[in-house]
Formats: sequence, structure tokens, C-alpha cells
Amino acid sequence: MIPELGHFALILALLLALVQSVLPLVGAQRGNRTLMAVARPATQGQFVFVALAFGCLAWSFLANDFSVLNVARNSYSRLPEVYRLTATWGSHEGSLLMWVLILGFWSSAVAIFSRHLPEDMVARVLGIMGLISVGFLAFLLTTSNPFERLVPAAPDGNDLNPLLQDWGMILHPPMLYMGYVGFAVAFAFAIAALLSGKLDAAWARWSRPWTTVAWAFLTLGIVLGSWWAYRELGWGGWWFWDPTENASFMPWIAGTALIHSLAVTEKRGAFKAWTVLLALTAFSLSLLGTFLVRSGVLSSVHAFATDPARGAFILGFLAVVIGGSLVLYAWRAPKMITGGGFSWFSRESLLLANNVILIAALGAVLLGTLYPLFMDAMGLGKISVGPPYFNAVFVPLMAPALFLMGVGPLVRWKEGSLPDAWTRLKWALGVAVVAAVLLPLTLDGFKPWASLGFFLAVWITLAVAVAFRDRLRHGGGSVAHRLGTLPRGFWGMQLAHFGMAVGIAGIAVVANYESERDVRMDVGSYAELAGYTFTFHGASEREGPNYRAARGTLEVTRNGKHVATLHPEKRLYNASGMAMTEAAVHPNLFRDIYVAMGEQLDEQGAWSVRLFHKPFINWLWLGAVFMVVGGFLAASDRRYRIALRRSELPRGLAAQGAGA
Amino acid sequence: MKSRHKKLALIVVVLAGLGIAAALVLNAFQSNLVFFFSPTQVANGEAPIERAFRIGGLVEEGSIQRQSDGLSVHFVVTDTARTIPVIYTGILPDLFKEGKGVVAEGRLGGDGVFTATQVLAKHDENYMPPEAAHAVEQAQKAQQTVVE
Repeated sequence: MIPELGHFALILALLLALVQSVLPLVGAQRGNRTLMAVARPATQGQFVFVALAFGCLAWSFLANDFSVLNVARNSYSRLPEVYRLTATWGSHEGSLLMWVLILGFWSSAVAIFSRHLPEDMVARVLGIMGLISVGFLAFLLTTSNPFERLVPAAPDGNDLNPLLQDWGMILHPPMLYMGYVGFAVAFAFAIAALLSGKLDAAWARWSRPWTTVAWAFLTLGIVLGSWWAYRELGWGGWWFWDPTENASFMPWIAGTALIHSLAVTEKRGAFKAWTVLLALTAFSLSLLGTFLVRSGVLSSVHAFATDPARGAFILGFLAVVIGGSLVLYAWRAPKMITGGGFSWFSRESLLLANNVILIAALGAVLLGTLYPLFMDAMGLGKISVGPPYFNAVFVPLMAPALFLMGVGPLVRWKEGSLPDAWTRLKWALGVAVVAAVLLPLTLDGFKPWASLGFFLAVWITLAVAVAFRDRLRHGGGSVAHRLGTLPRGFWGMQLAHFGMAVGIAGIAVVANYESERDVRMDVGSYAELAGYTFTFHGASEREGPNYRAARGTLEVTRNGKHVATLHPEKRLYNASGMAMTEAAVHPNLFRDIYVAMGEQLDEQGAWSVRLFHKPFINWLWLGAVFMVVGGFLAASDRRYRIALRRSELPRGLAAQGAGA
Repeated sequence: MKSRHKKLALIVVVLAGLGIAAALVLNAFQSNLVFFFSPTQVANGEAPIERAFRIGGLVEEGSIQRQSDGLSVHFVVTDTARTIPVIYTGILPDLFKEGKGVVAEGRLGGDGVFTATQVLAKHDENYMPPEAAHAVEQAQKAQQTVVE
């Protein structure tokens, strides 16, 4: 009964989504206020019904209703309760339902926080988001019904993929989708602006906080995925340039370019057409990412061909969204290219350089990700493009952008002064160069890429410090007071840039100075790595809720002093029969000690064991956290709310309000 | 006039930058493509000797031999028609099993033994790495045409 209720709610949501998109869009075009006013209630209603459907699916999982195919395939009676709940979005169908749920959430948020926007703008934005909902709901209902029944019901489930039974994987998809779908808001704003022909600084100001929040969520989602892969796959890697990772990274690059380009459009009214194009691109890439991961095209182009319904639907949807928005762009955008001029050395020109570099990097990642698929689909042979390509391309491309990141925020809009920037930054440059030479020597020898990383990290950090010093030089009161009066937009940007510096430092160290060993360990034997001694005390049997595990005990010492006792596990899951390596990690700010069990080698209890020393790996996650917090901080800047208060006033009072 | 010159200079600089980036990308792309060969193709001498590539197929039943150091493993990859002996040193993935699909990346030695630097077996009991499935499929097709 409950699953049918969910199915029914989903159908109602689709109908409401149709209402939400068609009526307000028509109303906005004709200037009909009644039709436009439908947008908000329809949006809220659609969200309620999608949430109801999601709740029904979650209930089916929690109640172990194995007569639902999705539950039988992805859950298990002895799966711990929290994983039964999260299995709701562990499958293809469930994760798409979550996609729609999050789209509903964002749409509702726009409906609530848009009282300061012109009515036709709101109608158009919600209408566009409704159209996207229609696409996804139709996809769910026609090809991926999450409530499909299984007759007769299965006695028990197949269990959730053991890899997904982890905190990182519980939080990764919702955060990632918050980012993907958040770009739908920027997309809808861009389309609405193209439709209305009013593409101005006000438009940029409206869409800016939404875009920044989406970007922050996407950053968080990607980092959670990376953190999960690091701990859960047992290979100690944090980024593989795997197509599934690239699928989420490409919208991130486009989104990063977008938030910078929006800054120019808001402050200077320039780059309008370009900013719109980026907004279209960022969301198109989000859709492409969803398509790549969800259609099965990555695991096999042939699987895609044998079950064409899903793939063809998404591909068609993708073609409509990308093609349609580009046609609209080509038709409307040329009329809107205006904006202030700027000199060759100004904040605009530096941000333009940032955008050009990011787009080049995006193109490189896109090529490496799609080319093998293209070759395979055309029957031209099987190839793979691995990390060496991406590293060889991405690092040299990004280095200049990261260097400019130090300069950009210190240069004035419109007309910057190179001598002035030189005066303010020469010490930073000198210190960064010295650090680039000396810091690698404090570690395990000089390595050019590590040196470049240190240079950029120190350079960006000092540039952030210079920016604060410049801001604090003027104005009265104590330093603390003046810090408090700095706008949150400034804090957010500087914190995010500093986070980037921290992350770069982490990557530079861990990529160049990590060490690893695969060793055979007899009971009582020891192995050494990076100054640590690992003593193996054997493995014992352990019974988990839905698995059996061999639990190893390793004692880690340094110079005879106890550091940690680690318990890596090799698990065998009962229902699926899958083996899983559960690594054990001892973290601190400067290194992780990471141990993973290989396999049992003989009857005496010897195991193959993989040992890692990962210096500064946690700086990577820490830097990302700073970036995320920076994003939220910037989006909460007062000026977005001030605009809201003023325009809430009736027209006649607005002038008085501004004067008061 | 002057601003037009400036604009032109800006465009030239941007295009030059993009050109350099494109050259860098394509060059790296060219030298880092990893091609895939099935055991039959390797047996026919189609695979390069000096360059790393990927092979895929099934791990032949009864072919896994652990060496005395405990970490080196010999096994044989088959596409049901031809086979390749493989050496790998290190810890194998959780789902590496006899009779299951596998993909290995490495180089072919003069003695016909493939030295793997990486062994991939994906995380799903019933999942066959696409390359491995492809190799077996091709070999079976070829055999059928011979029989017919």
C-alpha cells in the first residue's frame, strides 16, 4: 500500500510540475499576473508530493518490504537501520528520486526567498525549474520506477553494496546533488533573463548567492566522495581521474568560472553574455554528469545499447536542454552585449584570464573523459585515458590561474596599476620563491612539482594576508572591530582562496612524499615505513551485523614509543558474498598512517598487508572545508539581503526608505 | 581606434594562450593514451612491445600461483581462445578470482610474459570489466566463424 501511495504521489508531482512550468511561463510572456501567481503554490505542492514519494520509499526500506524490487535489490534484513535508510538513495532509481527531491527543495527555496524579485522573473525561474522537474519525473515514472513490485516477494534482500555502507557515501550523493541541482537555479535565472531580455547587474546579483551556495555544496560533495574513496577503496588514493569523478569535477570547474564571472557582471555589468553561457554550461555539465554516472554508459557502452530506454531518454533530455538553451542564447544574447570597458590590467582582465584558463582545463578534462566513450561507441577500439594524461595537462594549466589568484583580488576594477600591485606584492613573491626552494629540503629532498606547489600555496596565503592588511589600514577602532566590519563577501572569498592554498600544500606534499609498501607479515613480524615500525599481531575472526571479518591487529611504534594500535579488516558480506577491505587509519594534522589487509597467505596466519604513510593528506580535506565555509559566508553577505529589504517596500516608499 | 587595437591585442593574447593550451593538451593526450588488446590480438603480435597497454579476459582456472615471497603472483589471462601469462607483484583487488574477469595494465616482455603494474577487478560479484567481456566476446565470435 505504502509503495503505491508513493507511486501515486510521484504521478501527482509530475502533474503539478507541468502546471508549475506551463502556466507561469505563458503568464510571464503575456503579462498575465494570475497565471504568474500559480508558480509559487505549484512549486510548493510539487515539492510536498515528491517528498511524500521519497518518504514512502524510505519507509519501504526501513520496513524491509522485499516485495518492492528496489528494496529487494539494495537492502537486507540484517543491514543496520541507518544503512537501510540511506539505501533509499543507494540505487539508480532512489538516487534519481533524490535528485528530483533536491530540485523540489531548491525550487521551494527560490519560491520562498524571492519576494524581492519582479513577479515575471519569479514566474519564469520557477517555470524553467518546473520543466526540469517534468523531465526527471517523466524519466523516473517511465523508465526507473522506484516503487516497482516484485511478485512473488523476495524472502530477503541482496544487500546494499558494501562499498556504500560508509558515512562518506551516505553524505556524498545528497551534497553532490545539492551542488548539481543548485546550478539549475543559476540556469533557470539565465534562461529567464534571456527570455525577458533583461540581463543586467540586478540579474547577476540575484543569481550570485544561489550559485555560490550551489558551488559550496558541490565542493563538499566532491570532497566527501574523495574522502570516501580514500578510506574505503583500500588503495589509499584520493583522486583517480576516473570518469565518475570527472563527471562531478567538470561542473565544478564550470561553476568556479561562473562564480568569478558573475562577480564581474554584478560589479561592473561586463561579461554578461559570457556569464549566461557559463550558467548554461555549468548546469548542462551537471546533467551530463548525471547521465554519465546513471545511464551505465561508463561501465559499458554496450550495456547502454542493450537497455536503450534509460540512456536514450537522458540523452534526448540532454539534447533538448543543451540544444534548446544554446539556441535561445544564440537568438537573444547578441542583443545584450554591453558593459563597461576595462584596461588590460584590471580585475576584469585578471578574472577573464581565470575564466579562459578554467575553460581550457575543462576542455581537457572533457576530452579525456568522453573520447574513450566516443571511440568505443564508434567501434574504433578500446582505449583508456589515465591519470598521467590528466596530471600532465591539468597541473601546468592551473598553475598560472593559481598564480593570478594571488594578484586578482588586490587589483582595482576597470583600471589597475601594475607598479602598485608590484609594490604591494613584491615581498610576498620573494618569500614564496624562497619557500619554494627551502620547504622541499625540509622534507625528503627537492622535487620540482612539490616546489611549485609550495610556491603557489605560500604566494596565495601571503596575498590573502596582504589583502587583509590593506583593508585594515583605513578606518577607526580596534583591529578586531575593523575585522568585524569587513563584509562577509570579502571574508568568504579570502577564506576560500586560503583554503585553496592549504589544499595545494596538502596535495604538493602527499603527491610527492607519500610512501607505501606491500609486505608479507607473519604473526609477530614487523615492517618499517617512513620511520614507523609496524608489528603484526595476527588476525582474528569477528562477527559483524551483516558480515564476517578477519580483524588484524597492528601496533605502530616510532623510536620504540607507542603511536597507535590499528585494526584493519577484511570483510566478507553474507548476502552478496562480496569481499571488502576496511582500512584502518591513524590521522593527525601532519600525516595519516594507513593500513589495509591484503589476503591470508598461509595456515600460520601470515597476511599480505599494505602500509601507507600519507604526509599532509588531511590538509587537503581541511582546505576544502575552508572553501566550503568561504562559499557559504560569501553567499550570506549583507548586500544580498539589503537589496531584499529595499525592494520589499512599495514603490512610492522605496525612495524614502533609501533616503532614511 | 586605440581601444580597438587594445581589443585586438587582447584577443590575440587569449587565442595564443588557448593555442598553447590546446597543443599541450593534445600532446599529452597522444602520449598517454592506453590501448586495449585482447589475448588473441596479443598472440597475433598486434600489441606494441615498447609501450604500456591493457589486456583483459578471464583469469584461467587453476592458473594462480603465488611465489615464495608471498607477494608475487603468476596467473594466466584467457579470452577462451588464446592466453597470456601475467606476473604481478603486490596486493590483488578483493574480487580477483579464478574464472572471473580481470583487466591488467603493464608491458609485454620479449619472452611473451606480461608484467602488470596494475590489476583491476571491479567491485561487484557479477560485474565483468567491459574490456574483459569484450575480449571474450570477440574470441567467441571468431571461433564461431571458424566453425561455420
